[in-house]
Parts: sequence; structure tokens; C-alpha cells
Amino acid sequence: MTEASDTFRVEAAELLDTLQAGLMELEKTPGDLGLVDSVFRALHTIKGSGAMFGYTAAAAFVHEFETVFDGVRKGRTPASPALIRIALGACDHIHALVQSPDAGDTGGEPILDALREAVGSSTREPKMAAERASAAAPVPGWRVRFRLPSDALILGTSPILLLEELSAFGPCDIRAIIGGVPELGALDPEASYLGWDVTLHADVPRESVEDVFMFLAMAGDDLLIEPLDAAEPGTVGLHAEDGEANNLSVGHAAPANVQDAATGAGRSDGGNGANPARSFRVDKAGTSLRVPAERLDSLMDRVGELVIAQARLSQLASVSTDQNLKSVAEDMERLSASLRDTTMGIRMVPIGSLFGRFRRLVHDLSHDLGKEIDFVTSGEETELDKTMIEQLADPLVHLIRNAADHGLERPDARLARGKSTTGTLRLSAVYAGAEVAISIADDGAGLDAGRIRAKAVEAGLISADQALAESELFQLIFHPGFSTAKEVTALSGRGVGMDVVKKTIESLRGSIDIASRPGQGTTATLRLPLTLAIIDGLLVRVGDGCYTIPLAAVEECVELPPETAVSPKGRSFLNVRGALVPYLRLREIFRTDAPADLHPKVVIVSSGDTRVGLVVDQIIGNNQTVIKQLSRLHAGLKTFSGATILGDGSVALILDVLNLVGSSQDGEDRSVGKSFGRAA
Amino acid sequence: MSKTILTIDDSSSVRQMVSLTLASAGYSVIEAVDGSDGYDKATSASVDAILTDLNMPGMNGLDFVRKYRTHPSSRGIPIVFLTTESDESFKQQAKAAGATGWIVKPFRQDQLLAVVKKVAGA
Repeated sequence: MTEASDTFRVEAAELLDTLQAGLMELEKTPGDLGLVDSVFRALHTIKGSGAMFGYTAAAAFVHEFETVFDGVRKGRTPASPALIRIALGACDHIHALVQSPDAGDTGGEPILDALREAVGSSTREPKMAAERASAAAPVPGWRVRFRLPSDALILGTSPILLLEELSAFGPCDIRAIIGGVPELGALDPEASYLGWDVTLHADVPRESVEDVFMFLAMAGDDLLIEPLDAAEPGTVGLHAEDGEANNLSVGHAAPANVQDAATGAGRSDGGNGANPARSFRVDKAGTSLRVPAERLDSLMDRVGELVIAQARLSQLASVSTDQNLKSVAEDMERLSASLRDTTMGIRMVPIGSLFGRFRRLVHDLSHDLGKEIDFVTSGEETELDKTMIEQLADPLVHLIRNAADHGLERPDARLARGKSTTGTLRLSAVYAGAEVAISIADDGAGLDAGRIRAKAVEAGLISADQALAESELFQLIFHPGFSTAKEVTALSGRGVGMDVVKKTIESLRGSIDIASRPGQGTTATLRLPLTLAIIDGLLVRVGDGCYTIPLAAVEECVELPPETAVSPKGRSFLNVRGALVPYLRLREIFRTDAPADLHPKVVIVSSGDTRVGLVVDQIIGNNQTVIKQLSRLHAGLKTFSGATILGDGSVALILDVLNLVGSSQDGEDRSVGKSFGRAA
Repeated sequence: MSKTILTIDDSSSVRQMVSLTLASAGYSVIEAVDGSDGYDKATSASVDAILTDLNMPGMNGLDFVRKYRTHPSSRGIPIVFLTTESDESFKQQAKAAGATGWIVKPFRQDQLLAVVKKVAGA
């Protein structure tokens, strides 16, 4: 049962997400009954399943929550913002109760009181119905008379099973009441006409006998249970042998006749159901599958190894004359490429799962800061590698907090500027080539370039007369310890964080840009590669080493014209169809002594809006690049973002295009250790 | 010659619990995630009894029972509601829709087994 309990915990977390999302939507559209229903469904499931898996405190709390909230369901109480806020607090409480069920419910009552007050009901409904107390004086037995409704057999009630159940208590005298059986011509073979009169000689509590007929104890169903001494048996109907009663089974056993087929179907169809010990479950009519994340990670690792092994095979095949080997190698290449794509596809998760969490964050921020915030999201369906999604959560939280805290103004300040009192925070994700661009935009006051400059000068980051473009100035806010907030709030403004945000994004091989217009707002744009594990690379040779350039960054390859090839020093530009593109000679950066190729090539790469040419000796071709992290010792190297293993077992370093483009712009010290340049 | 029980519930933990309990008692179990999935499975596979949740997205339990009872293969097949609703009006509704019985959540495993035995036999 612990496994089911784990499943419940995961499920409860998802349900709570649904619940929160529903509550927050409800705040916007208080009359939406569909939303109210979805909120109730989530509550219901948490209550029902929770109680079964031992989360009694959570179940009891949810029950109370549900009871109080019933006014909203019935349309008596509007879903006011205050009520929603308390309800969200209740969600947090449920979460805590589910996560640590043994802690007991200590903080629940104040929340419930607040809820009750908000809906204006002081009635405390009783806790979940306690089990019926069983108390009965000893009796010699029971007389039970019952008659099934005529459609009972069709609706699945089996009198045989009821009689067997009664017989299990002790010796029974069973008589059929056949008075209701019509003439043969009027007889419906599927209808139930019989009644039974049973004398049970056993001292069992009345409740036990009633339990046998628990599904029949309804108005309209004919059931009589009396203590034996209170009634004279055998006054109604004719005596029927047990065997006669059993004849009924012919009519009822129809489903059993096809049982062989049923079992067969059950085995293939219900494979998952019959073996719940497996750690995945089938969702939504078998269209999606839940798999532990570690398995995906190890699958990805294996695929990475396979791609490397396949590269070795291709290498062997290319120098072999064996046609069969070549053909197998080609098949392997095709298969491993498609396996790679499929595996990476599995790891892709829509970013909407992340956006959902922020809705609550913004809701709370809005309340805490006293600002009205309209949170608009788009591109929820955009997919990113799951590892990336996990690591993006914290940076995005920080950026959203910043935007809400510093970006958006208070309602009065907004009014004074001729804006609506409600600020807008937009979170959007779009595909941009092999990258995903996520932007957080506010329509607030915008960054104060003057204050950033003053602060940077004060902190000694720049000199007072240093000329900086606005975009360069804005990048300074990512410097550790930089903060222009006049006062530190609990949310942000401590100056820690923005540098961490940038570091995290860069560790994901992404970039972050800030654009801002005074009075109109600020937009932070994150650009992230679609995946972290395997990329398509362009393999090049510089000197005697091989390097990989992420293919997504490559725009084109051109030959270096001889006249530019000879001017080695200074900032060099290349004329690419009328546009001047700066270029870097990788031979110089890597300080290689190996003889240069007579016809150097230029690989034009881009990052954001900037293009730069990388001069290499030879372009070898495309290859699938399984990214291996550099060791900690080499992690500080800015020029390389990782390494990969080639088919012949040698190592090729992966060029960090973002960094190279950056260094071509600011003309920084480009020297990279000689030994690393030759590491390949 | 085990009997096949179809369990319809949008809560995977409940499905898991039901499956585990019934499988350990020798039943075959088919799972469905909502009413329409349940209807497809109930009418395509041969089942001996059906346990269904009441509140589900899409087709809820009552709608499922009403629809399924119009299908000829539903004749004689017991349907039991697993639900947190315990009031009489629900029971009336469930009966009117064509349900055979109900189990009020939360229930224990032995209670579930007892009910399944009651309606479907061992």
C-alpha cells in the first residue's frame, strides 16, 4: 500500500495545483460553475483518496473546507478575492498535511474559521460520520423477507449471492415467494418476479443482516428484517427447495458463460491494472505514461553512449572495404539518430507546468505589495528539456519578483502617469530557431539608466566617464552585489540574485538580455537551447585539434578571401555580401603551431543579433555531439562549454559561441591556455 | 477462471488501491480513467462487475452508468459506485441510473473486497 500512498502524494500535489489554478481563475470569473466544479472535484478526490491512504488529518480538513465552500458551489456566496486568498492558504495547509501526515493538524482551525467568516456561515457541520455503533441484544435469529425490483437482474443484483451471504451466517430456511410470477406468455425472461422468505438461525447483529441488503434498503425495494421471535415464518408463499432457488442461476449466469473470453481480454487489456506494482501508470486512456525521471536520465545517458559507439562504427566502416559493414553502419547511424530524437522528445516538457506555479506567486505578490497585477502568459505549450525546466524555476521566480516589486508601480503612481491602475506582467515563451526565448515583461516604470550608472560608478564597476551603450549598462545589474533598490524589501532588493540568475541561465548554455524604456516597462529575455544532452554540431579542425561548433549557432561557412587572410593583427572584418562581420582567428586564440591550411574557412556564427566569423583550418562536417561537462578544473574556461567524444575515441572541445561572440565585441583578452587549445 | 472487474476512477491512487486489493484476491482488473474510457472498455472487454467513481472530468459516473445501461452487454453486470457521497438522494439517483450498489469513501480494503464478492461472487 505504500506505493499507492506515494502515488497519492504525487497525485495530491497535482490536484492541489489544479485547485489553486481553479481558485485563481475563479477570482477572475466568479460565476463560472465549471470552475467551481473542477475545484470541488479536486477537493473531493483529495478527501476520498486521502482518507483511504491514512491521510486522515488532510481528509478531515478537506471535508471541512468543502463544507464551508459549499456556499460558493450553491451560488449563495460569491468567490470574493478575500475568500479566494483564504482558500489558497487552505491549499497550502492541505499540502503540508499531505507531505507530513504524522505531524497532525495544528493550524487548520484558524483557516477554517477564516473561511467560515468569509462565507458568512457560523454553522459547524459535524465531522465525518462515525461508523455506526453496533449494539444489539442477543436474538435466536432473524426472519428476512425480500423481493427484488423487476429490473434487479438486469442491473446486476444477484439473489444467489445474497442468499449465499445470508447462509454464511448460519443455518437458513429459504423459501421462494413465487406469487408474482406471471403467465408464461407474459413472462419476461430477464425480469425478476421472485421474493424470498429466509429464516436465519444465527445470533448475528441486525447490522450484519442489513449489510447483506445494503444495496436494496431503498424505498421501493421490498425488504423486511425482523427478530425471529417476533414473526411466524412460513405464512407467505410456497415452500421452495434450495435447488429450485438455484435454478435462477441459469438466467443470471449468462456473463459467466463467456468468462473464458473475459479472462483472456482482461489479461491483455488490463495488463497494467492487474499488476499495479509496476512503477508507471497509464493515464488518459493509455495515451500517456508516467515514468520516473531517473529512468529518462539513464535512457538519455545510454543513448549518448550509443551515439558515440555508433560514431566509432561509422569511422571503422568508412575505412573498411566490407560492403556489409558499411551498410550496417549506415543503418545504425539512421537508427541512432532517430532514437536520439525520440528520446529527447520524451524529455521535452511543456513550460506551462512551470507557468502555472507562477500564477500563485503573482497572486500572492499582488496582495503583499498592494499592487494590482494582471498576469498574462502565452506559449505554455512550448517544450523544453525537463532538466532545463527544473532549473529555470528559481531564476524565473526571481525575475518575476523583481518585476512585481521594482518594475511595476503602485496604483496611485500609475494613475499619476496616466496608466491604468492594474499593472501587467507578461510571461511568454516562443521557439526561436533551436532556442526557446522566454520573456518576462512588465509595463512599469522601466530601468533608471542614470541611477544604474551612478551606482556602478560608486561600486567601482565602471569609471565615471566610460561610454556605455544602454544594453551594456543594463547588463551591469547582473553584477554580484549590484542593487539600486532604495530600500530592501522582504521580496527583493538585496542585490543577491540577479548575478545568480545570470549564472544559472549561462550554466544552461543560455543568455539573458534586458530591454527597458523609461515609463513603459522592462523586458527580460532568456534564450535557452532546447536541450542540454545532445546537439548537432559542426566539426572543424584548427591546427591539429578538432572542435565542435553548435550547429544551431552556425549561419554559413565561407572561404576566407586571400587578401584578408594575410592581415593578422587588430580587429578584422570580413565583407559578407555587403555586411561587415568581425572575425576571430581560432589559430591565434588557441596558439597552435601546426602548419596552417592554405585555404582557411570562416564559420559565421550568431548569438542574438550579433554575428562573428570563426576562422578555422578545415570544416570536417556535421556530427551528433553528446555533450560531456568539463571537469571542475576546466569549468572556468570561457571559450569552451563542454567536450564530446569523437568516433575515433578522441576528444573534441565544444566552442562556447556566446562567449566568443562576446569577446569579439569587447576585444577582451582572448588568450586561452595553450595546453587547452591542444587538448583535442 | 478469475472474474474481471473494471475500475473507473480519475484518481490513479484509488485505481491502484482497487487493483492491488482485487488482484490480491484473484480478480483480473481493468482500469479506466473516466466515464467515456470506462464505457469503451466496458463494452469492448467482457467484464463481470464495474466499480466507478462518481465525480470525474469528462463523463461522470452517473452519465457513464446511464449510457452503459443502454448497451446490451450491460445486462446483468453489477455496477458499484465508489464515492464520498453518502446521502439518500445520491443513492436514489444512482439506483435510478442503473447502479447496483455503492461504497462510501473512505473504505477499507476488506470492505471493498466484501462488496465486490457480494455483487460479483468470489
